[in-house]
Amino acid sequence: MTDPINLIAEWLRGLLAGWGLSSGLVIFIMTLLGVVVTAAFVLLMDVFLVWVERKVVARFQDRLGPNRLGPFGLIQPLADVIKLLIKEDITPIGADRVVYNIAPILALATVLVLWSVIPLSPTVLGADINVGVLFIVAAGAIGTLGIIMAGWASNNKYALIGAFRMVAEIVAYEVPMVIALMVPVILARSMSIGEIVQRQTIWYIVLAPVAALVFLITAIAELGRAPFDLSEAESEIVAGFHIEYTGMKFGMFYAGELLHALTMGALFASFFLGGWRGPFAEQVPILGVFYLFLKAFFIYWVIMWVKYSLPRIRIDHLMEFSWKFLTPLILAVVMITALLDKLLGEPGTLIYTLGMLVANLIVVWITLTLLRTYFRLERKRVGEERPVAAPDLTPAARIERTS
Amino acid sequence: MMTVSLIVFLIVALITLGSALMVVIARNLVHSALWLVLTLFGVAILFGLLQAGFLAVVQVVIYIGAISILIIFAIMLTRRIASDTGPRFNENWGWALGISLMMFAALVWVIVSWPGFHVQAQPLDARFEPVVELGKALVSPNGYVLPFELASVLLLAALIGAIVIAWERKPEGR
Amino acid sequence: MQTQDWLFVGIFIVLAPLFPLIALLIPRLIAPRKPNPIKLETYECGMETVGPAWVQFKVQYYIFALIFLVFDIEMVFLYPWAVSLNLLPFYAVVEGIIFVAILVAGLLYAWRNGALKWA
Repeated sequence: MTDPINLIAEWLRGLLAGWGLSSGLVIFIMTLLGVVVTAAFVLLMDVFLVWVERKVVARFQDRLGPNRLGPFGLIQPLADVIKLLIKEDITPIGADRVVYNIAPILALATVLVLWSVIPLSPTVLGADINVGVLFIVAAGAIGTLGIIMAGWASNNKYALIGAFRMVAEIVAYEVPMVIALMVPVILARSMSIGEIVQRQTIWYIVLAPVAALVFLITAIAELGRAPFDLSEAESEIVAGFHIEYTGMKFGMFYAGELLHALTMGALFASFFLGGWRGPFAEQVPILGVFYLFLKAFFIYWVIMWVKYSLPRIRIDHLMEFSWKFLTPLILAVVMITALLDKLLGEPGTLIYTLGMLVANLIVVWITLTLLRTYFRLERKRVGEERPVAAPDLTPAARIERTS
Repeated sequence: MMTVSLIVFLIVALITLGSALMVVIARNLVHSALWLVLTLFGVAILFGLLQAGFLAVVQVVIYIGAISILIIFAIMLTRRIASDTGPRFNENWGWALGISLMMFAALVWVIVSWPGFHVQAQPLDARFEPVVELGKALVSPNGYVLPFELASVLLLAALIGAIVIAWERKPEGR
Repeated sequence: MQTQDWLFVGIFIVLAPLFPLIALLIPRLIAPRKPNPIKLETYECGMETVGPAWVQFKVQYYIFALIFLVFDIEMVFLYPWAVSLNLLPFYAVVEGIIFVAILVAGLLYAWRNGALKWA
């Protein structure tokens, strides 16, 4: 009784085999059912996320949020969906019809695919492929393509500029993200996410706090959420790459973004917070699903907290933050982790844990010291006397520069 | 199972070849780039069908995630050459077709005459971890340690070359 | 076991676009369709559009994509190294560090030349 999902699966398998189907066909049908159930569950969760997002935003902004439809406004997302479904679907003049219509499908599908490799509980693994970490990066790559397609096919300047900014941002932050993911891979000795969760007797956020922080920052950038939401800077380019989309097509981008945020939470939980691990999760596997979503929603909440607290970053700062700060930092952390992993022996021992933690803290301390020195020099440089009306500092020249 | 994977292979191979053809035929450069993405994705699926999971995801990460993005950026940097209005064939297309077919026939002949082509591959041990083996081979002195380090130097050269060519030197900018 | 996992991923990849596709097809049946030339115009905050949507982009986008490509390939080389690290002797770690150090030299070169500056 402790593992209802596998119990049902076993019963179905027996039933199908009883009908005299070949074993290959039974495996195929079971896998198909598994996929449909997982995807349907995730999409239902996605509809519910609309409510979560609106409610939490409201709380951050000292409002009540949706509270009219049903208890606590819980039926609100259904109303939202119906509204999106009956909205007129507009394809602007000059849009490239086929590409224009494929883009929103890619936007949601690439996020949905990520859930095929996230282990939900000790027994429900989905797919435990040995290249899980890179699979996530690959799915993200195709999602990026969806953004370019949306921006280009809309035949709109704002859309194209938004798409290009977004892609440049994703490209810049993918480097530190993938390097940061190397740290749990080194610690777990495997690229399979199931294996990484399995090995986390100590949460990796303890062993690799810097990598966890870098992953969180890059995940927010990858989502294109504030403070990294240059792609949809309302005051400049209105909505960015999905400016021309209406009705359900816009809904796909919206649903994709919300689900992506929760997925990043689930991935962060799997890599650094022990995934489905928790008290009694081994004995009662269904608890694992609960723990995973608890952690995923916590990270989702952190992402929202960041979004509604911080202002937008300028594009040059954004790029420099990734290339000149995050990338060198995380490269150093990965090398130190690899070195220490060799020196300290097997993970799990107290000395291993302490060594990793102390090494991370030292890296943070060195980084902070370097930054403090740098900005002290910078302040000194900026504070120096210099001609006020330098020609390259006129507002017009500045606008030309940052375009 | 054998026939099912064969059918899947044939479908994927057809899609890959068809979209490769579309890369050449499409009049719009951006469409060409998007068809190229589909071709590369088809190749990734073929890798997956051969149980080379690592190569499959790497194919998507590198070729779709980086190179096709680079190609699209390059197209966007140009000024309105995206749609080609000139004729797509010149009088030499017959020769080109003939030479391409001959090259293809020669390649097929080379592969078929290779003795390893007719040997049925042994199924891999269940505990065989291709990625781990690859990692070992990359750094072992008897393996590929020199190419591994040289790859880094090559990437460095590519990076510096790209910056020198594409970026005008601005001495005051730091 | 591996084959079955890849089967799961394969079916997932095939089915994942179908869900949004269905969601996009429903409005075709129930949503109104009354297009007119003004409604279909490109949205530019109410202004009439001037010129093609194809605006000129800075070369900076291309350079960042190039640097990204180099680092992407580097990471693909490093992942097998990271997975098999515990089975490797100590010098393998040093080799990995040399590999990264060479690329960091490239990053520093780009930095010194101002190629990492968005200006």
